[in-house]
Amino acid sequence: MAKRVALLVGTRKGLFVLDGDADRDDWAVRGPMCEGWPIHDAILDPASGAIFAGGGSNWYGPAVWRSDDLGGTWTHSSEGLTYGDDGEKIATIWSLATGPGDAMYAGVEPAGLFRSADRGATWAHVEGLTKHPSRPEWQPGNGGLILHSIVPSPTDAERVWVGISSVGAFETTDGGSSWETRNVGVRAGFMPEGQQYPDFGQCVHKLVMAADGGEHLYQQNHCGVYRSSDGGRQWEEITAGLPSEFGFPMGAHPRDPKTAWVIPLTSPEDGRLMPEGHAAVWRTHDGGDTWIRSDDGLPTHDAYVGVLREAMAVDRLDPAGVYFGTSTGQLYGSRDEGHTWRLIADNLPAIWSVEAAVVD
Amino acid sequence: MADVHLPRSLVALFPGAPRRLAATGATVAEVIADLDAQVPGIRNRLLDAGPVIRTHINVFVAGERATLTTPVPSDAVVHVVPAVSGG
Repeated sequence: MAKRVALLVGTRKGLFVLDGDADRDDWAVRGPMCEGWPIHDAILDPASGAIFAGGGSNWYGPAVWRSDDLGGTWTHSSEGLTYGDDGEKIATIWSLATGPGDAMYAGVEPAGLFRSADRGATWAHVEGLTKHPSRPEWQPGNGGLILHSIVPSPTDAERVWVGISSVGAFETTDGGSSWETRNVGVRAGFMPEGQQYPDFGQCVHKLVMAADGGEHLYQQNHCGVYRSSDGGRQWEEITAGLPSEFGFPMGAHPRDPKTAWVIPLTSPEDGRLMPEGHAAVWRTHDGGDTWIRSDDGLPTHDAYVGVLREAMAVDRLDPAGVYFGTSTGQLYGSRDEGHTWRLIADNLPAIWSVEAAVVD
Repeated sequence: MADVHLPRSLVALFPGAPRRLAATGATVAEVIADLDAQVPGIRNRLLDAGPVIRTHINVFVAGERATLTTPVPSDAVVHVVPAVSGG
């Protein structure tokens, strides 16, 4: 059967699924799902074929939703998603990821990591991260103290990277028992002179792994774009050539480790919008040495839109499709790796997340 | 047995759950525990860490706003009401 793409679009008012045709040309919108709860992230679990969606209701709290029929019917669970009755209250889920083996992860607010070994039915707190000595000094970013990026090693079940705003990146190599900061070389430009390269306190916005599945990572940070070739032990800034150091999402190519996409936005002081109201996605084919602006098919004026950290996705077809959603409800897509773009859906609720799931 | 009335937005999270059901318990906490036995998972939707009733959920026993320790007479009518808010 021909492969097609289903876009999982988490919004302020529920999850939407956009079913693409075989050419990724026509898209049918289904939703809102998950009872209209704010959904911050959704993934297709390759092991079970189920969609998982994470979010939280202002009334009923956080939960991870599961659909075994691509969004037709849903169940939910938050069993074990707690810091205990004496701990902080968990407001919402911000990120979901699957690792090798049976591991599934959820990142929450206030920042912490949970793991499920039964595909989301029950969850257990990964206490090792919360017990990191830096925890008492963690400070929230503008969006709260949230664990938003979860990057499991595709080959080593004991190894996971996470990104926390505005704390920085961490890595575990022992299945979550212990964690080390991974922020060397990352600038915290908002700190006083002489204190801009701390051990932690960097405002990572999005952490992604390059296609070779090993040690190559990228990150879009509040203060620039970075790459690492050693699993985050050392970062190198690759902002040069971009119109702004600020942005939220970042996407990596499914096969070429040197190709990635970012969406530069104006600085926080200037609104976190597409610069000059001219929408553009920037891509690199050389690991960030140079950047290419792409705006063919995107609005070139009066586009004062923002794109949040989880709201860009890359499918694994060839050529890869790239997609992004705006915080004002427009969804754009490219089926030629970001060379040309088109509007896929307009008038959705504010988009928090986009995931490109390849289905039969 | 208390006569418990649940809001539509809550029962929608549990396919097949009724809007109104009978539950036993001497306190609101015990009634919610019995609700959870009948509708697994509903406790997590009503209670936060503490445990306390979630900030934007109100429980009324015989018309009076209640906490988890509020006594529930055997013939009481209990209403679970989400706060009116949003945008």
